[in-house]
Amino acid sequence: MKHTISILVENRAGVLSRVSGLFSRRGFNIDSLAVGETEDPEISRITIVADGDDHTAQQLEKQLNKLVDTLKVRTLAPDELLARELQLIKINANPSQRSEILTICEIMGAKIIDMTAGTLTIEISDSQVHLKRMHDLLEGYGIKEIVRTGVIAIQKGSVTIK
Amino acid sequence: MIKAAEAMVKCLEKEGIKVVFGYPGAAICPFYDELYRSEIKHVLVRHEANAGHAASGYARISGKPAVCIATSGPGATNLLTAIATAYADSIPIICITGQVSTDQIGCDVFQEVDITGAAQPFVKHSYLVKNASDIPRIFKEAFHLAGTGRKGPVLIDVPVDVQNTPIDFVYPDEVRMRTYKPTVKGNPIQIKKICEAIEASERPLICAGGGVFLSGAQKELRELAEKANVPAVSTMMGISLFPSEHPHYLGMLGMHGVRSANRAVNECDTLILIGARVGDRAVRSPSFLAENKKIIHIDIDPAEIGKNIPVDIPLVGDVKTILPEITGRIVSKPREKWFEEIGQIKNDVPVTEETEGFINPKMFLKKLSDRLPADTVCVADVGQNQIWVCNHYAVKDGGRFLTTGGMGTMGYSVPCGVGAKMADPSREVVVVCGDGSFQMQMMELATIMQQGLSVKIIIMKNNRLGMVRELQTKGYGDRQIAVHLEGSPDFVALAKSYGIDADRVVTMAEAEEKIEKLASAKGPYLLECNVWRHESTL
Ligand SMILES: Cc1ncc(C[n+]2csc(CCOP(=O)(O)OP(=O)(O)O)c2C)c(N)n1
Repeated sequence: MKHTISILVENRAGVLSRVSGLFSRRGFNIDSLAVGETEDPEISRITIVADGDDHTAQQLEKQLNKLVDTLKVRTLAPDELLARELQLIKINANPSQRSEILTICEIMGAKIIDMTAGTLTIEISDSQVHLKRMHDLLEGYGIKEIVRTGVIAIQKGSVTIK
Repeated sequence: MIKAAEAMVKCLEKEGIKVVFGYPGAAICPFYDELYRSEIKHVLVRHEANAGHAASGYARISGKPAVCIATSGPGATNLLTAIATAYADSIPIICITGQVSTDQIGCDVFQEVDITGAAQPFVKHSYLVKNASDIPRIFKEAFHLAGTGRKGPVLIDVPVDVQNTPIDFVYPDEVRMRTYKPTVKGNPIQIKKICEAIEASERPLICAGGGVFLSGAQKELRELAEKANVPAVSTMMGISLFPSEHPHYLGMLGMHGVRSANRAVNECDTLILIGARVGDRAVRSPSFLAENKKIIHIDIDPAEIGKNIPVDIPLVGDVKTILPEITGRIVSKPREKWFEEIGQIKNDVPVTEETEGFINPKMFLKKLSDRLPADTVCVADVGQNQIWVCNHYAVKDGGRFLTTGGMGTMGYSVPCGVGAKMADPSREVVVVCGDGSFQMQMMELATIMQQGLSVKIIIMKNNRLGMVRELQTKGYGDRQIAVHLEGSPDFVALAKSYGIDADRVVTMAEAEEKIEKLASAKGPYLLECNVWRHESTL
């Protein structure tokens, strides 16, 4: 089962390596990890998507809490979160295919950000399910390269994890 | 303004540090130069790992974080085993390492190693000091972190240029860490539940671990066992929480434990884990065990609860504050039937037999413990010798047993004994090791001599890496490889070459006389015991 874990940490050197080191040391698998400053520049927020059963997730939360730089750990339940990932996708596209692809992008809420005679580069930010559909749609043209930020997540409504 | 190196020494003084263990080198020289001017006593070990182990012994006897020092590169990497050992046993040590100059970090210069990176998986926390002015805060935090909550090693890596930078020195009165707040007080609802569960139990059993020592709650534990009338077993790290002869105590549980303790664990209906993490050597199949009994787990580290064994009643907090609360409200029950059963279990001890022409280590250790003062600190190394001590050395009231249960690091006992002796010179310190492990630490005989420490060392000489030999015998068709220690020196002559009085004991007939000599020796002493190479662990 996938778990989305939000971690608030002191924005200091070495913190990220402590967090990621903990995952490998305890044998937890990370699907994705995204990190950045929060509204308070002294605090960073890390979003990790990890695979494992509930026991594993619970252990993970406890071990993360034990790190001295950790302010807050919260596993976000699937129904309470809004999750997004940004992807940049470079596909093969000859001039005759462009308008077709443009339509796909329009409908799927993606943007074309670069173009050459034989390629298009597409930017899309959405949920995992939606991104998967986008891949399926683009597959046929030949995907040359995908770059993804990893999932970031926030709670629905007015609540915050602090 | 003073040099940061001087500030580092002042920090140690402010923390009440009297003794440090270390080994110098270029990258830590500014700090040593300030130690030169300080009242703090520096003990020169003969290998950095032993500085860490000695600090561990010192910390365990003094109850406070102790300090070890190494230089950058090889000095720091030599320290790693000791850091990992302290981490596994939750021992509070502060490790100070020198580092190459800040502007050279990352350039692979001479004796540069990323020690905070290397030690990361097995420190409680670590610091690479970039700004000299952070030193007072970092030291304050380091001592606080090492010595509170679940204790453990903290590493402070200080580049040589940082040590030489002038700073304003003010030692903070308190730590300000918004991220670190260990739970000390137990939740009253859980405490009430625990009391009710114990009262309702016909066959309760306490399993006490090293956490009780770390909390300094030996007295509180015994009061609980006695008042609530609950028998107890201990993990290896919990040995000497109860005197061996205590009527409620059944010995060490686990893979190498005694039959009585393991039977009691199997037969109890409620198991009360106190400062014990249910390691794999203590309980092989925890979930199986938890199936038919109620499990109560009290620990300062929330991550330990539910990690290895499913728990019915968890309680997070410091056992020193929690146990008296339980003891205060619990109603005692006679439990005659359970104690009768326990009594039978206890009497059912396997017989030990002498082997002609050899020392039986089990009988010998019993005799040894009978002769030594009650408050003796006994340190065991790793291997068969360790298990023999665990199960046959009889701890008296006030005695203390030390070993490394978590890592099982060979070479721990002698330096640990050095630290223990320095922490409390009034107590007799006896070290027991094998002929294999002794050779991983025999350089420390020099430290013992140099410091004039009356540490008594007993080598169980079986010419084998006994525990591995036994494993090969039982599990690998007796194909013995890499376990033969022929080629070892004459340990008695070796000790004497250091100026340490020494002797050997060959048969049980001379045991008492030789033990007497060891026990009455005024200075350091080494006794080599002639043990049969086929002697079994249990
Ligand atoms: C540093 C280290 N290396 C290897 C081991 C594996 N090991 C465990 S017990 C043992 C044998 C110890 O032999 P010895 O010190 O002679 O004690 P004995 O078992 O014979 O009493 C070994 C090699 C270890 N625990 N620690």
